[in-house]
Amino acid sequence: MSPRATPVQFAVAALIALFLLVFLVVPVITVIYVAFADGAGGFTLSHFSSFFHITLMRESFWNSLYVGFWSVLISSLIAIPLAYFTVRFEFRGAVLIQTLGILPLVMPPFVGAVAMQLIFGRSGGVNLLLNEWFGVTLPIMEGLNGVIFVEALHYFPFILMNLVVALNNIDSSMEESAQNLGASGLRLFRRIVFPLAMPGYVAGAALVFIKVFDDLGTPLVLNQTNLLAPQAYLRITTIGIEDPIGYVASVIMVAASLFALWASTWVMRGKDYATLQRGYAGLAKRRLSAWQTAFAYGWIVLVLLVVLAPHIGILLLSFAKLWSFSVVPETYTLAHYATVFQDSPRMIWNTVLYCGIAATLDIVIATAIAYIMLRTRIPGRQALDFTVTIALAIPGVVLGIGYLRTFRGIEIPFTGELLTSSWLLLVLAYTVRRLPYALRSCIAALQQMHVSLEEAAENLGANKGRTIRRIVVPLMAGGMLAGFIISFMTAAVELSTTIMLVTAQNDAPMSYGIYLYLQSAAGRGPGAALGMLAVLLVAVGTYLSHRLIGRTGGTQPLEVQKIAV
Amino acid sequence: MQLPAMEQSVKVKVEVSDVSLAYDRTPVLRAVSVTVEPGEFFALLGPSGSGKSTLLRLIAGFNQAQSGRILIGGEDVSRVPPWRRDIGMVFQNYALWPHKTVAENVAFGLEERRLPRDAIRTRVKAALELVGLQDYGARRPGQLSGGQQQRVAVARTIAIEPKVLLLDEPLSNLDAKLRVYMRAELLALQRKLGITTIFVTHDQEEALSISDRVAVLDGGVIQQIGTPIELYDAPANRFIANFVGTINLVRGRAARSDGGATFESPAIGRIVLPGAVGDGAAEIAIRPHAIVLAQSGAATDPACTWVDGTVGAREFLGEFVRYVIEVNGAEITADEPHFSDRVTYKPGDPVRVGIDPARVKLFPA
Ligand SMILES: Nc1ncnc2c1ncn2[C@@H]1O[C@H](COP(=O)(O)OP(=O)(O)O)[C@@H](O)[C@H]1O
Ligand SMILES: [Mg+2]
Repeated sequence: MSPRATPVQFAVAALIALFLLVFLVVPVITVIYVAFADGAGGFTLSHFSSFFHITLMRESFWNSLYVGFWSVLISSLIAIPLAYFTVRFEFRGAVLIQTLGILPLVMPPFVGAVAMQLIFGRSGGVNLLLNEWFGVTLPIMEGLNGVIFVEALHYFPFILMNLVVALNNIDSSMEESAQNLGASGLRLFRRIVFPLAMPGYVAGAALVFIKVFDDLGTPLVLNQTNLLAPQAYLRITTIGIEDPIGYVASVIMVAASLFALWASTWVMRGKDYATLQRGYAGLAKRRLSAWQTAFAYGWIVLVLLVVLAPHIGILLLSFAKLWSFSVVPETYTLAHYATVFQDSPRMIWNTVLYCGIAATLDIVIATAIAYIMLRTRIPGRQALDFTVTIALAIPGVVLGIGYLRTFRGIEIPFTGELLTSSWLLLVLAYTVRRLPYALRSCIAALQQMHVSLEEAAENLGANKGRTIRRIVVPLMAGGMLAGFIISFMTAAVELSTTIMLVTAQNDAPMSYGIYLYLQSAAGRGPGAALGMLAVLLVAVGTYLSHRLIGRTGGTQPLEVQKIAV
Repeated sequence: MQLPAMEQSVKVKVEVSDVSLAYDRTPVLRAVSVTVEPGEFFALLGPSGSGKSTLLRLIAGFNQAQSGRILIGGEDVSRVPPWRRDIGMVFQNYALWPHKTVAENVAFGLEERRLPRDAIRTRVKAALELVGLQDYGARRPGQLSGGQQQRVAVARTIAIEPKVLLLDEPLSNLDAKLRVYMRAELLALQRKLGITTIFVTHDQEEALSISDRVAVLDGGVIQQIGTPIELYDAPANRFIANFVGTINLVRGRAARSDGGATFESPAIGRIVLPGAVGDGAAEIAIRPHAIVLAQSGAATDPACTWVDGTVGAREFLGEFVRYVIEVNGAEITADEPHFSDRVTYKPGDPVRVGIDPARVKLFPA
């Protein structure tokens, strides 16, 4: 038996459990409770029954599933060929594709949505040209199509990245042995490559589905409110925190997201297909023939153009004096940036502050959970990981509603301020929502580290605490920093919870400011300008962190082989 | 011999008494008792999965036994955490920290002991000199070859001047030639420092060639403890006989007779052995080089028991030729010293197989 867990380890585990209980479990349970509770505290299904008696709610329910399904499908159609190109063929476009992977992280989809309307909308640039040349228009941005298109374009990289990792983890010997035994071509792909890559694909697809369900900004900006997230938001904000219909919508959203999460873990179960052997590369790369190269580049350029469209559109919009019924703006101005610098320095600062605190908390908690999970025998440690993962499937609106309901009337000690009207709650929400990302990053980093590295330190006289400080943390630094960046970036573009929890203009972060601007036609210019600043902030942050990782160097642990004997 | 700043250590005795350990109810060590004398180079030998690493990690403090005691220098360490045991361990994968240079790796344990900076510097230097890596202090472990990494791991451990040195298959990651070279180096280093050393290996040749004494472990049970020669010449049971060196095992029945025993088997017929045994099913063990071969029909030494056989296969190994001979349906391995003027047999040749009863070991089955 390994030595028992120390009291300090127990205390840390208990503290984290308490944090998750108060800021994740209780608020979500509260939402579920309210959806099923009658006035007297008994159990009832009447709220569900009234929910499905309202035509708009029924419609929203089906629309949400419809949008989720089609977004996953279209994301897959974009991502699968791209993933296959990068992994299978030797050509320079691979780098381009890798870059695509982080694009959605730097701009929230609702910002892009506005640009997409200007480019692909009924009177947008593309349709103007199509109409002029061929006399036809495409209803790309009409109704739910617009939501699906925007979501698919923003979230396909989740499938792309997961799939590329999965494909890269397939050792060429897997394929070669199949060839050696007589399989080739499509049969080889169907029987060996596809099954081995499947878990990666499913993980990505589930994530896309969950993100689409979670997204509140895009439907609001595109004015497609007949979906679950906007309905939950609107019921609570217009009718009030007591309205049970909003809770029912929330429970349905949670159920759908949990189902997607469960389905993906169910498919992945027992399929940890890291077949990579030491010193071997992934799947064999092939050289493309001339026409294949042409096709691959054509596809990539097309996808890249479409994916970059919102970014380019926002850039143009932020400088446009007037942009309507034209392919590109006709006159340019710097006035929008002037407006933004006038109005919003406070928001920029708020974003840096909130996301900085949240990402720091995430890394501390995630490192501790990773350590508890992988290095101690504290009973119930799996429950921590499980609970954090569940946070992935809790839509922002739902968490926001849960917070408002759970903490209403509660004051922050010593200040007398209401917790529900403090920016602290927003920071806590960010922390909880982004914890799963930080945790995956930290667990991966610690898993790569052979336990003997720590045992050697203990053997030479360092106790647990000093071993963590001198060996574990320095070796995990890369993973921790990566986790910090992901948490920070994604929190900076968070809107679903932000909308619910921001009470004072003064406390609002950038994402909220952008949303406010984008609500009116006149605000589009400044909204785009603020959006560009957000992109810039995230990009600079990412670049700096990468420099930092580069400089500390050697954070990747020495490959320590596991030895059978 | 003059040592650069490294003293002969205080020699300490290690006693493992009646230790049992199970992982989730699967027993891994059963009532293990071993005493390692001060300054001894002691090998723990056993097949993979026999519990060697578990026992070593128990001594280092990384495992906890369900019962039994461990005494280091007469002191019970069962409740002492690993970082206060002062037992140096070299890990099988070396466990060098990639974020620290070679010198920083070696300095680690000294820093943890709060030594003054000057003292650390001299001792790091001395330790690196001892393993011949004085010029590599500024490198990172990733920039060293396997053999060099192994030396750094050793230097890092001996730098703290531990009471006991534990080595877990320290040579298994090296190629065959380096392995033979490094084992001699390790022994020389141990002799210089005089430190009590426990060396884990699954390679019997490695264990026999460099250790003072060997404990053979199988299925979590100590099978025999003794010097390499004792193990080879007087294996305590058929497992040891089979595991240490190459041996022929022949099944049959033993019966008491005056002045010794008779052993009868379908393979080699009847053979009279010195020494007393009980009646019943038994097995005899004969080393390949204790078997003599003679050409069919040639005059033979009457001290041996002879049976007829046919050469099945042969391997030419330089100093000797190893034959596999079919004798009444059984296979006997025989080693014949080789000289250029000596006859060799080809597969298919009839041959006489001679067994000297004095060199036969009998085990009850
Ligand atoms: N942490 C562990 N949990 C469960 N079983 C283990 C653990 N470590 C080792 N074992 C089992 O204990 C037995 C002995 O292992 P080990 O001491 O590593 O063997 P050796 O070093 O002799 O190859 C093996 O059967 C192994 O599977
Ligand atoms: Mg072992």
